[in-house]
This record gives sequence, structure tokens and C-alpha cells, in this order.
Amino acid sequence: MHDVAERQLTFAEAIRESLDQAMEKDSRVIVIGEGVPDPKAIFNTTAGLCQKYGARRVFDMPLSENGLTGACIGAALSGIRPVMIHQRIDFALLAMDQLVNNAAKWHYMFNGKASVPMVVRMIVGRGWGQGPQHSQSLQAMFAMVPGLKVVMPTTAHDAKGMMIAAIEDDNPVLFIEHRWLHHVSDNVPDYYYRVPIGQARTLHEGSDVTVAAFSYMAFEALIAAKSMSMEMGIGLDVIDMRTVRPLDVESVLTSVRKTGRLIVADTAFRTGSIAGELISQVVEQAFSFLKAPPVRIASPDFPTPTSPFMAEDYYPGPQTIADAALDLMGKTKEADGYRRMSAVLVRKGPHDAPNREFSGPF
Amino acid sequence: MHDQTKRSLFSAMLRIRRVEEALATRYAEQMMRCPMHLCIGQEAIAVGVCAALRKEDKVFSNHRAHGHYLAKGGDLSAMVAELYGRVTGCCGGRGGSMHLVDLDVGFMGATPIVGGTVPLAVGSAWAASLKGTPDVTVSFLGDGCFEEGVVHESLNFSALHRLPIIFVCENNDFSVYTRRDERQPNRPIYRIAEAHGMPAVAADGNDVEMVSSLVRTAVENARNGRGPQFLEFDAYRWREHCGPDFDDHLKYRSVQEIESGMNNCPIDRYRKVLLQSGCLDQQACTGIEAQIRKEVSAAFEFALASSKPTIKDAWEKVYA
Ligand SMILES: Cc1ncc(C[n+]2csc(CCOP(=O)(O)OP(=O)(O)O)c2C)c(N)n1
Ligand SMILES: [Mg+2]
Repeated sequence: MHDVAERQLTFAEAIRESLDQAMEKDSRVIVIGEGVPDPKAIFNTTAGLCQKYGARRVFDMPLSENGLTGACIGAALSGIRPVMIHQRIDFALLAMDQLVNNAAKWHYMFNGKASVPMVVRMIVGRGWGQGPQHSQSLQAMFAMVPGLKVVMPTTAHDAKGMMIAAIEDDNPVLFIEHRWLHHVSDNVPDYYYRVPIGQARTLHEGSDVTVAAFSYMAFEALIAAKSMSMEMGIGLDVIDMRTVRPLDVESVLTSVRKTGRLIVADTAFRTGSIAGELISQVVEQAFSFLKAPPVRIASPDFPTPTSPFMAEDYYPGPQTIADAALDLMGKTKEADGYRRMSAVLVRKGPHDAPNREFSGPF
Repeated sequence: MHDQTKRSLFSAMLRIRRVEEALATRYAEQMMRCPMHLCIGQEAIAVGVCAALRKEDKVFSNHRAHGHYLAKGGDLSAMVAELYGRVTGCCGGRGGSMHLVDLDVGFMGATPIVGGTVPLAVGSAWAASLKGTPDVTVSFLGDGCFEEGVVHESLNFSALHRLPIIFVCENNDFSVYTRRDERQPNRPIYRIAEAHGMPAVAADGNDVEMVSSLVRTAVENARNGRGPQFLEFDAYRWREHCGPDFDDHLKYRSVQEIESGMNNCPIDRYRKVLLQSGCLDQQACTGIEAQIRKEVSAAFEFALASSKPTIKDAWEKVYA
């Protein structure tokens, strides 16, 4: 029954399929968000669901992020399993009170008598001048709150499996998607499967430098790792963290004990980022293994400007990761193969779109 | 109304239309690299409202801000330069189309989080009342805002303290592709404001003179201590929610609806009225068009000749 032959789906298609299969399996699952049944169907991640499951289970919502989050929490307390969607994580800020004061606390403050099984999808924007209020990467803000789980899958395979795991989870799970991952393809089995929350996964093996990375930065780290190994013979151990809370520190420790060098690559602002938290934990637990101070790679500490000229060097990329790794190894840009590697890593298209073919919507 | 006033209402609408048409055409060159929401078809509201304001009166706006900004007297060149991401832009390139500002003319700011500037407008009116200054504040808000809690909180507070604010709801029946009847119960928006005890009216937003005269009364009331005022105007968005094109192919609204929306063009309607009454003749129309064309192309030239910021500039102004 299970077709193990490789089947490529994009991240967006994988999300769609996971919602479809979860709704098929469990009639308690509902999907709600601004634009869910509209012609663009949340970047096609909800396409066809309304036709298949009806408007009682799949629906557009009023522009009421806070109120409807509360309503979803209430429904979740009463046996429904809502999946709520925000086209931008920035809009979820309006729901901070409900998420932090209610969703995160309900199980704890009522002595475990009730729980809030809901998923909130939040999309991180980037490019084409999304600017100060449409491109923030706020995972650390949510992840600092006990009671919330926060996941950020990178591959289409994990997007599907973690969505299913999130829907089945009895806790509120914030499911953060980077918009630039939506079009990236991967092998995605057609059956119903789970990828556990709280477990990192090695994307590329190497023994020189550990790169623990989140979401789109894991994708970038993999690109860096491939050409570093090919052109320079340097091995990056790339760990796709996949979950922001609970953090899989153990996987990072195992790798750091092997490499002695650590880079954490995050999509967020540097200060207060989850990268800082991960480094603290590694330093606390494996200080003696470190051959050099760990490095954070993150966005600079100012809001994302809209102007393409200002945003040009805003986001770190594969070259940033490769340069940091080189530095940790005590090598310089004169090292053998560096030029060849950089020629591969150099950006081919405009900096504010994921690739040349991409024409939006952003 | 004086003939001169009528002519300036007409040319202000036409100017916004031509600016946005030029933006739409040149957007394809991919040099304005930011999301852009056009108000083509909705010009009468921006113009009618701002014509009833003084320079020192304040305006707050949203993602669909070009018309509000220009009608309030915002600098055209600085707006175009902002869309091109240049240092001479009204935000120095930090904002783009969805973030406009021109404090010299009381355009306090436009941002794209739905409902986000509504309480700020209330705060601006509150400040006027605390300081005892005579200025009033206008909050432009879409029909979508009436689903956001913060808007109801704002109405409540402004009514409680009888603040000098005018809420102007532009009801185009849509939030993106979703019609109002899928988001709100069947009740008129203005009745929400009425329930807060403020005078509220709904009217045709394609009739610029009507808009202006209603707002004139509202401003006078607000300025004279009679508290917040509410106006709801019907409007029709001709083009796609976000971007330069038409989106008729998506079929979320019927061809007949789009046609009847466009047949109700506030500019064509007013031109006809003014031509009939003799307030305007063909020659004057041509003159206005030529004048606008000159101004618009100068603004684009200015923008394109302006220097480009770098990431060094972006590090500045995080804190005051
Ligand atoms: C808090 C928030 N939720 C959702 C969005 C996405 N969004 C941008 S504009 C818009 C539609 C707003 O509709 P309306 O207020 O009627 O203004 P219109 O676009 O019709 O002018 C939506 C949903 C947003 N920017 N902010
Ligand atoms: Mg609307």
C-alpha cells in the first residue's frame, strides 16, 4: 500500500496533504484563518480543503486574531482540534494575550485537568520589501513561554510529519513556516506519518564544525556544507533543529563533542534569539569540548528595512556560514578551494527573491 | 461651493488616479520592490475628507495609503522615491508603499497591520484635547477593521472622552478576496459607532462633494468639542488587493459587479457634473491633465535620480 518510491512534493504541498489527511482521519480537526478558502488558499497550503470537508470545518475568519485565538482555545478545551493560520507571524502578535496567558497556561494552572490541543501556523515573510511589519522571525518570543511548543520544520518531509504530530499533540503547538521554504521540494511519503516534535535531524555529516540551524537557515547551511566539503574538504555537521521548544540540545552536544566547534544559524534578530539560548546550554554542558568560542549567525539588530538597497546584506546566507566555519577552523580566505567555493555560493539572482523563477506572491 | 474649490476637488482626484496609474505601469519594471495597494476607484473619499481639513489637522492611514497621503498634501516626490527605496523617500527607504509619512502636512503615518493605527489616531486626538490645541484627527479605516478588537476599544475610548476625532470608514466590501458578509453579521458598520453614542452617517463615497460636505460638518463638530464623529463611505476597489493589476480572472467577484463598480467612477462622474455646469471645459481638463503629467514625470525623475541607501543607513534610527 505504501509507495516507497520517491515522490517529490513542495513544502507547501506537503502541508496541504498533511492537513487533508489529518482532517480525513479525525473529524475533530478544523482549519481556520484569513484567506483559507480564497483563490490563493494561503499560498496553496489549504487548496481544495473547503470543497472536500465543507465550510463548517474549513473557513475564512474575520480579521480578529486575538478573539479567534481565544475562540479556538475554547473550542480546543471542548473537544475540537483547531488549526489556525496567520499569513504572517506579525499578525499573530495581536493574539499574544490569548496565546501566552491562556493557551500556554491552561493545562498548568488548572492542575492538568484540561489541555489545549491546537496548532497555530505562522508564516515568516521575506523579500520584495516585506519590510518592518511583514518579515519578522519571532520564534524566540513565543519559545520563551513554558506551555507552548514551537516547531520550525525545514524540509517538506518534516513539514508533513510535524504537522501531523502537532495536530495529534495535546498541547498548543506553534508551527512556524518560512515563506521561502514553501516552494522547496523533498521526498514526501504519501501515507500518514509523524515526525516527532523535539528531535533534531542531521542534514549533512562532517567532523570539523557543527552548524545547528533553524528553518530557512538549515537550508542555507546545507548549501554551504555541500560546497565546503566539495571544494575545500571541510566537513560541516549540519543539524536541522526542527523544533525551537523543546530544544534538542542533546543532538547538538553529541555533535559538538565530535567537532569542538559550534555555529548556530537562526532566522531571527540576534539579540534574544534562540541561537543564544542554544549556545548557553552547550557552553553550560560541554564547555571543555569547545576549541573556540561558539558563533551566532542571525539577522542584525534592527528592523528589516523595505528598500532593496538597505536589505541587500541584511540576511546571512551560505557564504556567511562558510566564512564563519573557516574562521573557527583558523583558516583564511587564502585557503585552498575558497575561491572555487565562493564562486558556487555566490548569489545568482536578486537578493530579495528565493530564486530567479519565483515571482511571488511573497 | 466655489468653482475654484470644485476644480481643485476634481484635479486632486485626477492627480491621485494618474499617479497610481503611473505606479502600476512602472511596477512591471521591478524597480519598486515592495508590496503596493492601489486606491484606484476610491479617490473621492481621500480627496473629499482632506479638503475639509486644515494643514495642522492630523491623518492616520493604513496599507492603502497613497490617496490619503497625497490628498493631505504629502510630498509626491518623496512618496515615489520611497517606493523606489531611495534615501529621499519619505521614510528614507525604510518603509516602502505601505509605510508613508509626511509630518509637515499632518500625515502622521500609515502602516499595514489592520487596525493598527486606529488607536494612534485616538491618541493624537487625545493629545490635542490634553494640550488644548484646535486640531482634529482623521482615522482612515477599512471595513475589515471592524473585526479587530482594538477598533472597538478605540471607539469606546474616544466616545468616553469626547475626543476630536473623525473616523472615516472606507467600505469596499472586501478584505482581500473575502466579502464582508462572510466576515461580519448583516448590520451596517456605522451603527456600531452610533451605539457608542457618536454621530454616524453612511453615504456614497463616489460623490466627492457629498463626502466633503459631510466631513466639513463632522470636522466642525469635532473641533467644537462635540466629540468623535463617524462616517462610512461606500467604495469600490478596481484592481487587485495588492499589486498593480486587475484580478478579474480569479472570479471572486463577477464581471458585472466590476463593471458597475467602474461605471461609478468618482472622477468621471464629477467631470461630467463640472462640464455640464460649465465649471470646467474641455480645454481646462486638458490643461489639468498636462499639469499632472508633468508633475508625475518629475516625481519619477526625482526618485530615479536619488541616491540609494545602504545597509549602513539601515543601522541608524533604531532608537531616538
Ligand atoms: C492584523 C492583520 N491581519 C491581517 C492582515 C492581512 N491584510 C492586509 S490588508 C487586509 C485587508 C483589510 O481589509 P480592509 O480593512 O477592508 O481594507 P482594504 O484592503 O479593503 O482597503 C488584510 C486581511 C494584516 N495586514 N494585519
Ligand atoms: Mg475593505
